[in-house]
Amino acid sequence: MLKEIKILKSHGVQYVKDLRTQKVAERFRGRPIISNDITDEEKKQAAALCPVGAIDPTKGSIDLGRCVFCNECAFALPDKIHFTNDYRIATNRREDLIIQPRGDLPLRLKESEIVPQIRTFFKGSLKLRQVSAGGDNSCEMELNAAGNVNFDMGRYGIEFVASPRHADGIVITGPVSKNMVTALRITYDAVPDPKIIILVGTDAISGGLFADSPAIDRSFIENHRIDLYVPGNPAHPLTFINGLMDLLGI
Amino acid sequence: MNRKYLDIKANPAICNTEDIPVLPYHEFNDVVSGILAEESNHCLAYFAVPTGENLQFYIAIADDTNNSIILTSFTAERKSAVFPSLAAKFFQLHGFEREIHENYGIQFEGHPWLKPVRFPFNRYNQDSVIENYPFYSIESEELHEVGVGPVHAGVIEPGHFRFICNGEKVRHLEIQLGYQHRGIEHLMLTKNSPLQRCILAENIAGDTAVGHALAHAQLIEILSEPVANETLHIERCIALEMERIAVHIGDTAALCGDVAYQLGQVVCEALRTTVINTTQLWCGNRFGKSLIRPGGSNFPLTEEVANNILKMLEDTGRRYVEMTDRILTLPSVLARFEDIGTVSREQALKLGLVGMAARSSGLLRDIRISHPFQFYRNFEVHPVYHSSGDVLARALQRKKEVEESIRIIQSLITRWKESKTTVSRPVYHDRLRPSSLAVSLTEGWRGEICHVAMTNAQGEIQQYKIKDASFHNWMALALAVRNQEISDFPLCNKSYNLSYCGHDL
Repeated sequence: MLKEIKILKSHGVQYVKDLRTQKVAERFRGRPIISNDITDEEKKQAAALCPVGAIDPTKGSIDLGRCVFCNECAFALPDKIHFTNDYRIATNRREDLIIQPRGDLPLRLKESEIVPQIRTFFKGSLKLRQVSAGGDNSCEMELNAAGNVNFDMGRYGIEFVASPRHADGIVITGPVSKNMVTALRITYDAVPDPKIIILVGTDAISGGLFADSPAIDRSFIENHRIDLYVPGNPAHPLTFINGLMDLLGI
Repeated sequence: MNRKYLDIKANPAICNTEDIPVLPYHEFNDVVSGILAEESNHCLAYFAVPTGENLQFYIAIADDTNNSIILTSFTAERKSAVFPSLAAKFFQLHGFEREIHENYGIQFEGHPWLKPVRFPFNRYNQDSVIENYPFYSIESEELHEVGVGPVHAGVIEPGHFRFICNGEKVRHLEIQLGYQHRGIEHLMLTKNSPLQRCILAENIAGDTAVGHALAHAQLIEILSEPVANETLHIERCIALEMERIAVHIGDTAALCGDVAYQLGQVVCEALRTTVINTTQLWCGNRFGKSLIRPGGSNFPLTEEVANNILKMLEDTGRRYVEMTDRILTLPSVLARFEDIGTVSREQALKLGLVGMAARSSGLLRDIRISHPFQFYRNFEVHPVYHSSGDVLARALQRKKEVEESIRIIQSLITRWKESKTTVSRPVYHDRLRPSSLAVSLTEGWRGEICHVAMTNAQGEIQQYKIKDASFHNWMALALAVRNQEISDFPLCNKSYNLSYCGHDL
C-alpha cells in the first residue's frame, strides 16, 4: 500500500483542467492561416506541392478534409501560409473545412445545422461505437487517448462502448476499405435510432491519400448524413473532444 | 564468384537486378533450403513480379552471422504453375507462399495452409471474398466455436478471430485478416510524387510511422543519393527509439488494464503521453509523422528540443521504473502473466518470429545488431531478451527495452551535441537508379521492417514490397492461446499488440 501511495505521489495531477484552452506545442499543425495577399503564382505553387490536392490553385484555399498536415506548402511559402496550433478545427459542414485566404478566423460549428435531437438526447451522455475501416491505428490511438487520464472526456459523459447496441452513434476512422464495407454497414444498422455519424481523420473525411485507391469504397459515407467532421493526421484528442463539446452544446 | 545467390553485406542493400542469379526452381529450392537450414538465417521477403507472360520470383534472406542480405531468384510461366512448397519444410515461409498464391494463382504443393492472406483488390481469384474465408473446423459434440470481430469491443483495428474451444479452453485459434487492405503497395507505384510515397510510408502503420518512414527513406536514398550526414543519422535513431519507448509504455498500460490493475494502467497511460508530447514538441505530430524524409529533415533537432527529451526521459524513466517494479512484483498481476501464452524458442524459430516477439521467446533477432543502419553502425545496442516466452516475458521485454532505449537516446544526444553538421531540407528525388533492386531494413518497436523496391530501365519504381514484423508474428498469437483459457486471449493479444493495417497493407 505504501508503494502505491508513493507511485500516486510521483504520478501527481495529470488531467487537463480546461479542455477548451489547453496549450499544445507551438509546432502542432492545426488551423492554417492563409494570407489574403497570396499571389496567383503562389497559389499555383502551393497547389502543385500539395501531395493530396487539398489546395485550390485558383482560390488558394486549403481543404482540411483532405490535408495531411505535412506542412510542405508552409515550408515553401512561410510568409503566406502558416499552420497555427489552434486545434479547434472540427466542423459539422464539409464545406466549412475549406479554409480561404482571409486571415485569422476561428472555425466553429454551424449551430443552425445541428440536428436538435442530438442535444436533447445526448448532451449529458453520449455513447459511441468506433469502427476502424482501413484506419492506420494512429487515429484509433488518439480516440483511446481522448478517454485516458489526461483528456478524460468521460467527465462529460462521453465514452466508447463495446457494442453498437449500447451506442448513440458511430465514429469512423480510415478511408473505408472495400473489405470493411459489410462490417461497417452491419455495425451502423445495429445502433438504435436516433444516431449520429462522426468522421475522424483525413482518411475518413475524404479518403486522403487513399481516395483513388481501387481497394476503397466510399459509398457508405457518400450516402449518409455526417454530423461531425474531425480533421487531422491523426486527429488530436483535443480536436475530437472540442468538436463533441460544440456539437452537444457543452 | 558464387553463382547461386548474391550476398550483400550492407543495409540498405542494392544491386543491379540482372546480377541476381536466376535458377531453375529445383535448384532455387535446394539453395534456399540450404541457407534456411541455418538458424541464423531467416526470410525477409519472397515475392513475385509479373513480366509479360512470366513471373519473376525473388527471395531476400537475412544472414545474421555475416550481417548480410542474400538474394536469389527463379522464373516461371504465369499460367497454372505448380511448385513443390518450400513452406512444407520451412514453415517461416508459409505467409509468403500464401501471398504469392493469392496474388497470382501459383500452386505450392504440400503447403500446409494455402489460404487467403488479405483479400487484396487485385487478387487472382476474385471469387474468393472476405465474407467467405475457409475456416478450419473440427467435428465434435464436445467442441464449440467462438467468432470475434471484425469489429472488436475496444477502439482497435478490425480482424476476425475464430476459436475452437473445449469448455473454457482454447484448442485452436485461426486469425483472419485483410479488412484493413488499402492497396498501399499498388499506390506506391501509381502515386508518382516522391512526397506522396513518403506520406504513404508513414501511414502504413500509424503506430510505427517512424519505423516505416525510415525504411522508405533509406530505400530512396540508396536508389538515388546516399546521405552520409552523421547528425541526421543520430536524429533518426533518436526518433526511432522515442517511438519504441512510447509504444512499450502504452502497451504496459494495456496489459495492466487487461488484468484490472488500474493504477498501472493509468500511470503508464500518462507516461506515454509525456513521451509522445515530446515528439510533438519536436515535429508537431505525436506520432512523428512528417519527421522522417529522404535526404534531410523537415525538423532538425534543436538544442532546446534535445534538452527537453533528456529532461523528459529522466523523469519518465524514473517513474516508469518505479511503476513497473511494482507491477512485476504484485502477486495478482504475476498470477495472470506467468506461464500464460507461452511460445517456445523452438516455435519462434519455426514460425520465423522477429523483433520483440522473437526476443521474448529467447531468439535474439534485432536488425539494429545484425544489420545495423543509420547511426547504429557506430553504436552498440545491448541485446535484451527473455527465455520464458510467456506474457510475463513480453511484459519484462517491454520494461527492459524502455530502459535500454533511454540509455541509447541519452548517449546519442551526447554524440549529437559533439557532431554539429548541418542537417539540410529533405530531397525528393524523381530519378532513381535504373534496373536495380534495393532492400532496406529497420528495427521498429514490433521488430523487423523490410521495404524492397525494384526500378525499371527508366528509373521508375516497378515493384514495391512492404513487410511489417506483424506478417511473421501473427501466427505467434495463434499458438500462444492454445490450451489457454479463452479469457486470457485479450491479455495474450495485448502482449504482442500486432498491426492489422501493417499486415493488410
